[in-house]
Amino acid sequence: MKNIRNFSIIAHIDHGKSTLADRLIQWTMLIPERQLRDQMLDTMDIERERGITIKSNTITLPYIAQDGREYELNLIDTPGHVDFSYEVSRALASCEGVLLLVDASQGVEAQTLANLYLALEHGLTIIPVINKIDLPQADLEGVKAQMERELALDPDAAILCSAKEGLGIDQVLEAIVSRIPPPAGSPDQPLSALIFDAQYDTFRGAVIYCRVFDGVVKPGDILRLMSHPGTYKVEEVGVFRLQREPRKLLAAGNVGYIIAGVKTVRDTRIGDTITHEARPCAQAQPGFREVKPVVFASVYPVSNEDYLTLVEALEKYQLNDAALVYQKDSSAALGQGFRCGFLGLLHLEIVQERLEREFGQSLIMTVPGVQYRFVLKDGHTVMVDNPQHYPDPIHIQTTLEPFIKATIITPERFLGAVLKICLERRGVNSRFHYPAPGRVEASFEMPLAEVIIDFYDRLKTVTQGYGSFDYDLLDYRTSDLVKLDILVNSEKVDALSMIVHRCRAREWAVRVCDRLKEEIPRQQFKIAIQGALGGQIIARSTITAFRKDVTAKCYGGDVTRKRKLLEKQRAGKKRMKMVGAVEIPQSAFVAVLKTDQG
Amino acid sequence: MSSNSFPGLYLHIPFCRSKCPYCDFYSVTDLSLVTAWVAALIKEAAFYREKFDGFDTLYLGGGTPSLLTPAQLEALLAALRRYFHFTSDAEVTLEANPDDLSREKIAAYQDLGVNRLSVGIQSFNDRDLTFLGRRHTARQAVQALEGARAAGFANLSLDLMYALPGQTEKDWRETLNVALSFQPEHLSCYQLTVEAGTPLGERKTRGEFQAAGEEMEGALFLLTSEFLEDKGYFHYEVSNFAWGKKNCCRHNLKYWRHVPYLGLGPGAHSFSIVDGEDGAQGAPYIKNGVRWWNQADLEGYLKALAAGQAPVAGRETLTPEQFRLEILYLGFRTRRGVALEDLRGYGNWETALGDLEEAGLVEVVQGRAQPTRRGFLVADGLPLRFGD
Ligand SMILES: Nc1nc2c(ncn2[C@@H]2O[C@H](COP(=O)(O)OP(=O)(O)O)[C@@H](O)[C@H]2O)c(=O)[nH]1
Ligand code: SF4
Ligand SMILES: [Mg+2]
Repeated sequence: MKNIRNFSIIAHIDHGKSTLADRLIQWTMLIPERQLRDQMLDTMDIERERGITIKSNTITLPYIAQDGREYELNLIDTPGHVDFSYEVSRALASCEGVLLLVDASQGVEAQTLANLYLALEHGLTIIPVINKIDLPQADLEGVKAQMERELALDPDAAILCSAKEGLGIDQVLEAIVSRIPPPAGSPDQPLSALIFDAQYDTFRGAVIYCRVFDGVVKPGDILRLMSHPGTYKVEEVGVFRLQREPRKLLAAGNVGYIIAGVKTVRDTRIGDTITHEARPCAQAQPGFREVKPVVFASVYPVSNEDYLTLVEALEKYQLNDAALVYQKDSSAALGQGFRCGFLGLLHLEIVQERLEREFGQSLIMTVPGVQYRFVLKDGHTVMVDNPQHYPDPIHIQTTLEPFIKATIITPERFLGAVLKICLERRGVNSRFHYPAPGRVEASFEMPLAEVIIDFYDRLKTVTQGYGSFDYDLLDYRTSDLVKLDILVNSEKVDALSMIVHRCRAREWAVRVCDRLKEEIPRQQFKIAIQGALGGQIIARSTITAFRKDVTAKCYGGDVTRKRKLLEKQRAGKKRMKMVGAVEIPQSAFVAVLKTDQG
Repeated sequence: MSSNSFPGLYLHIPFCRSKCPYCDFYSVTDLSLVTAWVAALIKEAAFYREKFDGFDTLYLGGGTPSLLTPAQLEALLAALRRYFHFTSDAEVTLEANPDDLSREKIAAYQDLGVNRLSVGIQSFNDRDLTFLGRRHTARQAVQALEGARAAGFANLSLDLMYALPGQTEKDWRETLNVALSFQPEHLSCYQLTVEAGTPLGERKTRGEFQAAGEEMEGALFLLTSEFLEDKGYFHYEVSNFAWGKKNCCRHNLKYWRHVPYLGLGPGAHSFSIVDGEDGAQGAPYIKNGVRWWNQADLEGYLKALAAGQAPVAGRETLTPEQFRLEILYLGFRTRRGVALEDLRGYGNWETALGDLEEAGLVEVVQGRAQPTRRGFLVADGLPLRFGD
């Protein structure tokens, strides 16, 4: 156990975590440069394209240190986005230390802080690493000063490196060995292993990623999950090299995988503790909680015939992403679909993109919302995440919505603009903290609903890309909520309904009416689009009827050509949704969600 | 309306004296090829000798059929009469341009059995005629019609164009009034369509004139329909008006009702209904619509026939769904509309029909969904309201 080191790399997005991980893999496993696919740990297409890590990955690196001894370095990669902070915390719970990576040209940012706090919570050894020192705009002294002032870290302990150029990698590896303590725990104790991730293998079922704290696990063992009924027989254990590599056993201190005939990753909840059925450990590893979705939206197939393939795609998708929850939903306009719960907006986008890309689905996604709480006059409380289930207003006593604490770090010169967008979005109790000259850390209490659409993009725009953002859920607060309906020729388009704060209702209604007006093609009759709160119309737009589409001549030689044209148009209509007599193109549902320009 | 059980015969005459700048029909101005074309057409007709035995309409369209000399026309018609049977009351239409209609020609056509003249007047306003690049003047147009009437043509149709740039409502009414002074049995009133790729289309792209625009076109369409129906004409198809149902163009009705027709000449289309499925063993007895069409360019057409081959360039057998779509869209172009029977197959037919009735675009009369005047204006979109 003395020669094991378990560590993670934590960093704000783009500070070079994946690049450094690749470099470490390349050095220790002696992979020639040309064989190293860029960012080996980001294996999904989307991860590569977006340059973010969605699923954490793990690899065991063999390393002969300067002391001549061989070490086993377990690198546990963590997802790099606030949506996945719970997964990050579980990964960190499996480590003894972290490399805290800071971009020498950017300095400390919101997630640098958030991640550092998480690491400190777990009592981990922190190794500060300043990356991208090769950049001409690298400001080593500035970043060191920030580290000292804002992170309370010893700047002299920081390792200077360029993951890209391969500078300082040897120092990083030596620091991992010399500064991070070996794992504690005992192989003789009852088995206690923490699940920090799980992935689905078509042939083997769920592959559980875990850190063994105490005891030993080997094939043939009968296992139990502490928060879940049922037992499983271990088929295989092993560690991660470039591929899975089976071992005879995993013992206290090890990081590796277990395959135990678990069908879906849903049964292997991240944060759960694995133990032996026969000789269980006394206590679960601390910190387990069910991941709760915070953002909700419905997905519908573009063409109703594709419903069954959507069912199949969601089932398959969920095998690999236990965080996605869904249940049946239906809409008069869009037909059969699913109400889905996501960890955040990025998670939502990832799910949508992967369903479309990997599973070939064409989807319509409705306006995302949060989960509201309604206290009814009869004393009952209901949670509503779907506008279609909005209670009858006459029964409602109080409406509440979830609030977050939003933390924004920005150069001071953008503070005015940041303030403006936060106040517009009902931010309250602002606090400002000046960690360093020229920089502000602003925190607001804000409704979660206000940050799930557009907020991040707007923040990036008004801060010219410098602003960074992080949030924590706070509590539910009383709020004046209303249900906004969109009517097309007096028919409600249920898929466009949303729950909003009264003061934001008009703005939304106008926005939706305008977007629909742009997207719905003119038809044979006039179309009235209205935004309504109950019976009260608060916004409207009108699409005039087209007056004429008929061709002047149609004789024998024109019949086939003209029919072909109609066939083409009819095929195009398959993508239209009927609301009453009005055809609404799929693009209209998408356009409603698009970010405002400016 | 006249009975329509017989097929119709169409002849395409692909020649014009000069090209009108708005026209996208296929025609050539090299008249030296006319004789070769006459011979080729007679050869082509021979291919269908056994297949079509009787016609009750013959339509000579173009191009400019009136540039055929009486002798050329005589040769053609004689051959056709040898190959096919025509009913005794057959409607024989010839499209003519006013500048061709000398007294002699009119008399000769009549002798040859042409009993309906469709005259390409377009306008009785010289400014319009200049814009359209027509070879004739308003005066020539009047003279041609007077000549035809004098010769005793009892079935005259006038082609008129409207929604021309700069044409006012008043201008158009004047043209209509002059037209009515000849008490034509039939009128075709076409809105100007500026087609891309024509000289007029290019002028429009260059911004040399402004098209009337959708609003104006819509208003003029309704005005035309009201004006002519007030005078007693029957607006029986989007662009066609008849003095009483019996004067509807019997030949053209076939196109809109899937009555078979044979088209001869470059680019001509033919349609026929055959029994059973193509080659399918034991297939249920169904009627299939089959359409085929000739090579459009004259040279290819002549070459094929010189080599003893039919100049057919393409052919399709309509699927039941295609057949049905055609029934809908062709039906909605005509006042007769579409039988409810033919709509019932669509899952949403009742709501779709209800919506259209409510919008005042269609009315249900005696088991048929018939477009209203405003319905005609949007006829192209009506079939697509019906689906599953
Ligand atoms: N110049 C320079 N660029 C780097 C360095 N390390 C990473 N990058 C670049 O920074 C960007 C973000 O790196 P990535 O590893 O994806 O960051 P992550 O989001 O933290 O995983 C990429 O374009 C990398 O090529 C470095 O040491 N020097
Ligand atoms: S005469 Fe008729 S067919 Fe010939 S170019 Fe003019 S419009 Fe076209
Ligand atoms: Mg990355």
